[in-house]
Amino acid sequence: MTSNTTILRWGLYGILILFALFYLLPLFVMLTTSLKSLEEIRTGSLLALPRGLTFQPWIEAWSSACAGTQCEGLRPFFWNSVLMAVPAVMISTIVGALNGYVFAQWRFPGANLFFAAILFGCFIPFQVVLMPMARMLGLMGLAGTIPGLIFVHVIYGIGFTTLFFRNYYVTIPQELVRAAKVDGAGFFRIFWSIFLPISLPIITVSVIWQFTQIWNDFLFGVSFSGPGSQPVTVALNNIVNSTTGVKAYNVDMAAAIIAALPTLLVYVVAGKYFIRGLTAGSVKG
Amino acid sequence: MEWLERNVPKLVLAPSFVAILIFVYGFIAWTAWVSLTRSKLMPRYELDGFGQYTRLFASPRWDVAMNNLYIFGALFIIISMLIGLMLAIFLDQKIRAEGVLRTIYLYPMALSLIVTGTAWKWILNPGLGIQEMVRGWGFESFAFDWLIRPEMAIYTIVIAAVWQASGFVMALFLAGLRSVDTEIIRAAQVDGIPTRRIYSAIIIPTMAPIFLSAFIVLAHLAIKAFDLVIALTNGGPGYATDLPATYMYAMAFSRGDLGQAAASAMIMMMVIFAIVVPYLYSELRPRRDQ
Repeated sequence: MTSNTTILRWGLYGILILFALFYLLPLFVMLTTSLKSLEEIRTGSLLALPRGLTFQPWIEAWSSACAGTQCEGLRPFFWNSVLMAVPAVMISTIVGALNGYVFAQWRFPGANLFFAAILFGCFIPFQVVLMPMARMLGLMGLAGTIPGLIFVHVIYGIGFTTLFFRNYYVTIPQELVRAAKVDGAGFFRIFWSIFLPISLPIITVSVIWQFTQIWNDFLFGVSFSGPGSQPVTVALNNIVNSTTGVKAYNVDMAAAIIAALPTLLVYVVAGKYFIRGLTAGSVKG
Repeated sequence: MEWLERNVPKLVLAPSFVAILIFVYGFIAWTAWVSLTRSKLMPRYELDGFGQYTRLFASPRWDVAMNNLYIFGALFIIISMLIGLMLAIFLDQKIRAEGVLRTIYLYPMALSLIVTGTAWKWILNPGLGIQEMVRGWGFESFAFDWLIRPEMAIYTIVIAAVWQASGFVMALFLAGLRSVDTEIIRAAQVDGIPTRRIYSAIIIPTMAPIFLSAFIVLAHLAIKAFDLVIALTNGGPGYATDLPATYMYAMAFSRGDLGQAAASAMIMMMVIFAIVVPYLYSELRPRRDQ
């Protein structure tokens, strides 16, 4: 009996580790490939460790790889993504916090209907707004610009951020707000001194969720950016599909890792909050 | 002043209200309208009935895209759920290093699908990837060239998508397993009911809502799948791996056929709503326990 359960436990660990290897495989292959010379890639095996370490592919991926006709590496696009993501994350989180605060604590007739309308908006396939948004950005003079992308990400991000904050604030007893009102505190005062101080966890969730979404976005990036405003995901795809010169797989892999690093870093540092964001929309109660 | 005080909450919501009204619902209406016109390169606003939809359903390329969606969607959802459930149950057996394993299973979800597609494109490319590696081990006739075979390429997208999302399903299910009332489980254990029966008869049935959530999230991901296809196969070979999202994009931005783009976007939205609306309705219905 005991030996039976021991075998079972070994099997259990075996399967769990096998899957861990499956999930790690692409990262391992990306990393090792990015450190090999093209010569070694051509003659060696996919899973082999690099024999002679070279960092040249990383340097090229960062500063000289060609995305289409532009050969400046990922660097300018990486900064485009930063310039796009930081304001978009901040604005959508602030708007979401205030919206969620109203929906949770300052209900008014029709608020529920509006909340449902917002929730509904979280689920639409963006294809359905792509064309009118392209025209609208043109009319607003924001076509192909980073502010245009910020605008789009804020608009389609506030659904989720509102949901996060609303579900968080709804657990706070309404008596608290009522008591504060009796004491003469107003809307913003109550938000500032009661709600904001306890909001750090949900702000973290919202910031991480929005950052991951916006950094990883490709659809809006490819539809609404111009040559000077492409985010890093679009540039990565262009580098990989660039047809000029020899196919530099090692540079492609280095570029892919560079593009993935910020969100990967966020995941490693604050994985708990990342998971909360992921599950917030789907598991409730 | 008092009016202002009373209406602050509404004023705070007003910008979002206007934005959602215009950029979500107004834009949907625009797309719906255009899908009923003869718009080509430029939008035209004279209504023309359901001609675009007739053309869409008669288009072989759309046919391929919808077929791919069925294949991809079904396999992606089923395999991700199975792997996710298995890993969750296994991880729930007081496993040492659970935290590390969980972190490893879930990290792909933090990556851009473009990164995922780029990595798998390299691994699956027949010239230097897995196929070549296994041949190097002495199996000269080993073939794994799905990426370049029109009838098999869609399965490479399934592989990459499952890799990306199954860890997330694991996390959902694990949270579900942990939320089952431990009293009931202990009582069953005391009664000598075998673990397998406890899972199949008690734990998994109580997790029904989580299965539904996982299904909704995965179905939603499947219907919207765009980035991964672009990065992994770019819809090819030919248009063998087109999905509705890539079809719509091609029509809108490279073929200059706004009418077709609008009609396909509307179909995508209807498919999603057919799945999501009953779910949202049940979620939003006021519950007795709240």
